[in-house]
Amino acid sequence: MNVAVRNTAAKPDVAALKAQAAKLRGKIIEMSHKAQAAHLASSLSCADAMTAAYWHVLNIDPKNPTDPLRDRFILSKGHAAAALFATLAMKGYFPIEELDTYCQDGGRLAEHPPANLLPGVEAATGSLGHGLPLGCGMALAGRIKGENYRVFALLSDGENNEGSVWEAAMFAAAQKLENVCVVVDYNKWQATARSNETLMLAPLRDKWAAFGWDAHEIDGHDVGALAEAMQNIPNGSGKPVALIAHTVKGKGVSFMEDDNNWHYRAPTAEEVVKSFKELGLS
Amino acid sequence: MRNAFADELTKLGNEDSRVVMLSGDIGNRLFDKFKDKHPSRFFNCGVAEANMMGVAAGMAMNGLRPVAYTITPFVTTRCLEQIRTDVCYHEAPVTIVAVGAGLAYSGLGPTHHACEDISFLRSIPNMVVICPGDAFEVRGALRAAMQQDRPVYIRMGKKGEPVVHKGPIVDFKIGKAITIEEGSDVCLLSTGNMLPEAIEAAHRLKEKGISAEVVSFHTVKPLDEDKLKQAFSRFKLVATIEEHSLIGGFGAAVSEWLVDSETQAKKFLRFGTPDAFFKKSGEQEYAREVLGLTGHQIADKIIHALS
Repeated sequence: MNVAVRNTAAKPDVAALKAQAAKLRGKIIEMSHKAQAAHLASSLSCADAMTAAYWHVLNIDPKNPTDPLRDRFILSKGHAAAALFATLAMKGYFPIEELDTYCQDGGRLAEHPPANLLPGVEAATGSLGHGLPLGCGMALAGRIKGENYRVFALLSDGENNEGSVWEAAMFAAAQKLENVCVVVDYNKWQATARSNETLMLAPLRDKWAAFGWDAHEIDGHDVGALAEAMQNIPNGSGKPVALIAHTVKGKGVSFMEDDNNWHYRAPTAEEVVKSFKELGLS
Repeated sequence: MRNAFADELTKLGNEDSRVVMLSGDIGNRLFDKFKDKHPSRFFNCGVAEANMMGVAAGMAMNGLRPVAYTITPFVTTRCLEQIRTDVCYHEAPVTIVAVGAGLAYSGLGPTHHACEDISFLRSIPNMVVICPGDAFEVRGALRAAMQQDRPVYIRMGKKGEPVVHKGPIVDFKIGKAITIEEGSDVCLLSTGNMLPEAIEAAHRLKEKGISAEVVSFHTVKPLDEDKLKQAFSRFKLVATIEEHSLIGGFGAAVSEWLVDSETQAKKFLRFGTPDAFFKKSGEQEYAREVLGLTGHQIADKIIHALS
């Protein structure tokens, strides 16, 4: 067995992670403004989960992005690509300046993550309901090859509308994929309406538990709690783990929070300045 | 064809530890030998084809060679987006194997017919489309697919079809059609499980003094362009034969090639299924008869076209 060494005992440095999350949000807002691209609020709601994953949990080496033993992180909610691109650039997978090419003609950073084009992107997502089946395949490949890497998939709450999510949920439970962790960015909104008024997700934790997962509710903006829960995978339950992360869409900027217009709106230059002030960035 | 598939897959599983079998809850006992030898590489993925295809892609993106298998419509149209996005966009070396091409499961009704799959799958970038003509071509296609670093679709018949080749095809090549019988007047280009009907048509034509060449055109994408060039220059009539819709299938692919290559066809006939669901009960032989796809009906139409 090829065993990846990971330090499960290390306590997250919560202050540092919080500062990093603020920087990530700033970068996302800047990108959204420059490109006038949609999905800003969706990118902000998962910024803490992204920070916990990339700055504490994942066993990864940006200089060796195809290391067979690396942990896999799949942004199944591919519309939050800005959050992933900013994260990967900040981690050093590609030059930070390349973020200026987001949504520009001829670049590598389209509005959804591409396949086989950008280091660090594990899967091309954007059509919802694909990340978890792919992740299950990746986890089984690890099992078959005797590699103990972990697979994390970040799903949106609206994504739970897709039947393929639940096909994969039952499959992962049957295969006892304890190295798989789903984080649901439960911001209570989908593209055009309240999630629970569209398709009834509640009680979402109970649903995942009923599908055979070790499911927990968690504050999706408590970056320390996220880091600890994700780092604890596999957690000894013998089951795949679902973290139902309660979040606020547009989190971090008062005038964007829980206002679904920011699913599609991009900020003006003035709004960028205001946002940076609120995030404590200059 | 399906028994040959299961047997060849077991052999490939012995030779290559990357080979993984995914079944959509089908093939009762068919894979017992594979399961027996490689229990950790067999997965019954249940009646959940979208997930099965995503899982296959995830495995293939991480060094394995998964084979995803179930009845044709369920392993193609049911999970078409997963094939397009997870498998083909990622250039993941997944081999999709479908059982029940065309009207092979005629008696099960239109839910189980598959006369549109070639059309859908050949339009997806990076996809190879193979329709083996008999059990030996199934073995050759599967073995060749495992050598590819890209997605491959293998469209099989069912079981018990006539075996055309005399033994294993040692030089089976994707994209290289196989001449089964040589002839000089007309050329019958057959793809998939229609091969025995094409041979029957050739024999009928011979009785009428018409010499027909029969070609097993097993690969629909990429097309064997050399073979097409020869066929359209040498013969006074060329016919494509398939158990698939005339819209988007093999004959349509050849038509596109004719236009794009600025090739002049002397006479060109396309045999395939019409733009309609086949709703009546009845087995494959009955359905072929109703749709004019039996060997003798094909021969009659060709004779008429030549007169």
